[in-house]
Amino acid sequence: MIEVIDKRNTSKITNEMRMEFAALSDNEAFARMAVAAFITPLNPTLEEMSDVKTAISEAVTNAVIHGYENRNHMDDRVSMTCTLRGDVLEVEISDRGIGIENVSLAMEPLYTSKPEQDRSGMGFAFMEAFMDNLEVESEVGSGTFVRMCKKIGISSWIDSEE
Amino acid sequence: MEEYKVIDNYLMIRLPNEIDHHKSVDISTKADRYIMTKKVGNVVFDFERTTFMDSSGIGIILGRYKKIACFGGKVYAINADSRIRRILLLSGMQNIVEIISN
Repeated sequence: MIEVIDKRNTSKITNEMRMEFAALSDNEAFARMAVAAFITPLNPTLEEMSDVKTAISEAVTNAVIHGYENRNHMDDRVSMTCTLRGDVLEVEISDRGIGIENVSLAMEPLYTSKPEQDRSGMGFAFMEAFMDNLEVESEVGSGTFVRMCKKIGISSWIDSEE
Repeated sequence: MEEYKVIDNYLMIRLPNEIDHHKSVDISTKADRYIMTKKVGNVVFDFERTTFMDSSGIGIILGRYKKIACFGGKVYAINADSRIRRILLLSGMQNIVEIISN
């Protein structure tokens, strides 16, 4: 497992995009569509596309409703960086919000700090399930950083067959 | 846009194309208004048009379930495609929702 990650991190970057948007709930759809468009050239399967969109949506939603406490300020920003190393997508999503006191508790399935708001507590569990790798770093008062990786598409498999 | 219809004791909710946090707040509020004013006992979520859902959709289902389960009501999910079904199963929804396949 560690070997795979090391190999992934040293391979050459083949594409990259970076964006920053206001922490508004309208931008949850925008962020996942942007990433979907970014990975389209890799010929993802419908399932992979849906997996990535769900994971992005979860991470951005977390930033909007937890990091920035749903306050919809224009100057609250979420930044997102997508990096391609061959057919491996790496997404980093970060906010400068309130941060998470206990990351491992927050990552537990069904745990939510906002049960009164109809939150399911499945956000991190979905990111973990739908991506190959998930890392979360957070500091109270300065924000949260999420990094996720996933191998996309069957094009590398086709190349190796040829 | 989602659509609501009351048939006997059932609230049918035809869910939108994409269900995320942005849309979920509105859906939950409207559904609760129907549950309270029309006194419906059961809720049917129709995923026929839905191609995308994240954990906010699970929040909608859980929240409505909590509202009606104590009065013996049931929650159903119909017309869920394989991706929606996967999200429902991953969250253990099959324990509280009757997922009807067609």
